Amino acid sequence: MKYAYYIWKNLTRKKARTILTLLSIFIAFILFGLLGALNQAFNAGADIAGANRLLTIHKISLVNTLPVNYVARIDQIEGVKEVTHATWFGGYYQEVRNQFAQFPVDATSYFEVYPELILEEEQKSAWLQNRTGAVIGEKLATRFDWKLGDRIPVIASIYTHSGGQRPWEFDIEGIVTATDSRTDTSFMLFHYDYFDEARDFGKGEVGWIGFSVENPENAVSIAKRIDEMFANSPAETKTSTEKAFIESFAKQFGDIGLITKLILTAVFFTMLLVTGNTMAQTVRERLHELAVLKTIGFSDIKMLFWVLGESVVLAVIGGGVALFIDFGLVEAVAVQVSAYLPGLSLTPAIAIQGMALAILFGILAGLFPALQAMRLSIADALARG
Amino acid sequence: MSETKMARLHDVEKYFVKGSQKVHVLNELELTINQGDFLALMGPSGSGKTTLLNLLGGLDRPSSGSVEVLGQRIDKLSNSALAKWRARHIGFVFQFYNLMPVLSAQRNVELPLLLTGLSSSGRKKNARIALSIVGLEDRASHSPNELSGGQQQRVAIARAIVSDPDLLLCDEPTGDLDRETADEILELLQTLNREHGKTIVMVTHDPRAADHANEIHVLDKGRLNSQAVSTP
Repeated sequence: MKYAYYIWKNLTRKKARTILTLLSIFIAFILFGLLGALNQAFNAGADIAGANRLLTIHKISLVNTLPVNYVARIDQIEGVKEVTHATWFGGYYQEVRNQFAQFPVDATSYFEVYPELILEEEQKSAWLQNRTGAVIGEKLATRFDWKLGDRIPVIASIYTHSGGQRPWEFDIEGIVTATDSRTDTSFMLFHYDYFDEARDFGKGEVGWIGFSVENPENAVSIAKRIDEMFANSPAETKTSTEKAFIESFAKQFGDIGLITKLILTAVFFTMLLVTGNTMAQTVRERLHELAVLKTIGFSDIKMLFWVLGESVVLAVIGGGVALFIDFGLVEAVAVQVSAYLPGLSLTPAIAIQGMALAILFGILAGLFPALQAMRLSIADALARG
Repeated sequence: MSETKMARLHDVEKYFVKGSQKVHVLNELELTINQGDFLALMGPSGSGKTTLLNLLGGLDRPSSGSVEVLGQRIDKLSNSALAKWRARHIGFVFQFYNLMPVLSAQRNVELPLLLTGLSSSGRKKNARIALSIVGLEDRASHSPNELSGGQQQRVAIARAIVSDPDLLLCDEPTGDLDRETADEILELLQTLNREHGKTIVMVTHDPRAADHANEIHVLDKGRLNSQAVSTP
């Protein structure tokens, strides 16, 4: 710590250069935070997916529906614990831009298969007693400022109400929370029975079937058995673990992880060259001073750490400020895109990765100049003047 | 009374290789310096004065021969051991002061103390004492560019003495100063020699500066040609 003052004074000797270098590091780490949050949002579902949970969808695509009687047939398979189903409703609130996810579900079994979703018993029984009742996730409640007892019109994009009417009305009977902060709670659930009876078409069909198994080790064999059971039927199935399903769903948009890594690699490589060049320049300008320090008795290793210290402090300040600002920035962006990209957040894990990267960045940028300072010949440097 | 030896250079040779040729800087050099000496090294440019000073300070190594300071063969020490040794035993004063421009006089003087176990307050206190010895206590917070050449050299001397070294090596300490200021610096060095017992080796071109030393050696083409001339 006794060197902190000296490192700081050296960094601030050419303020304009230091500020410009800090800005370039800052921008690299702003991107790191944003892209890290984006990557996390795409993969969060897969990360928190239950290891013992599977999904059965139509073999052709998720858009195609399955007969509801598949639910009972899957329930009879040995090793299957709890079965439920859901369907994509595809509506919006008041205006098209107010998109959010709505699913008609079986109220009882849905919460058994997804125990990470929490609904108070009192609210659950109120929902069960109200045919047109719905429960909403807490993020959705916050987004539209909806409260218990509100009557909400949802305009259907796919399933029109009997008679061709597009608005469906629901009474909010409960607010769903989650045990894991990364779980998306920006959805609405309502009764499948009401939906199936009232919709114009597609009766007796469900979007997908979710179920849990007794033993995760049997997941693959059970999936295979289900798909074999429905083979050569009008609605063949494709069953996979929830994690595999979410990952393949995310990859429909492209390999987000790979894309973000490529962008960040390009950005950081460029910034590394910029910062490395700046550090090399500052050391070149101070060779004489560094030789004087060595003359006084600073060892080769101390000179190495002195220069590395300057580089790391620069990177940690630039990166730290950027990551701090990223928290607010990601939160602001998350509000804007919550309909399309729920779960966008800068997690502490991303911030910690960012800080570790900042330290590594500082070491790499300062390494060559630091080695130059370490190897500096005192007599030669003093003679050059 | 027997004199205690501070440094002894024996059969020292220093050369640089340029292409296939050896360029000799120092030849068969023999020199003994006693504790408490104030020795001036004179000679024309390129005669090897600074190289000799560098060898005494452990900044360079001889091509052959031995350099013994305070009973230790410093030419045999590793780089890291030599750095520690310099920090403990040697103080350097340069022609162009070589202060760090971004630091105050106080912080410049504190630099060698970073290598000691002193606390921050201990470093401040010792730096203040060193600055008061050179008469610049009231300029402690000034940065080098706010000081005159003479004052900068005094700060450099304070930096050189702050860790109480045994040997002060001065390379043309008055070479960048006017006559009057140069005399003040030389008197300061004399005071350090006489009152604080510092052994001083000073490289200089200036005979008037050399007059302040109590011994003068003349180097020519890498050899100590003349006998030491003792001054009153």
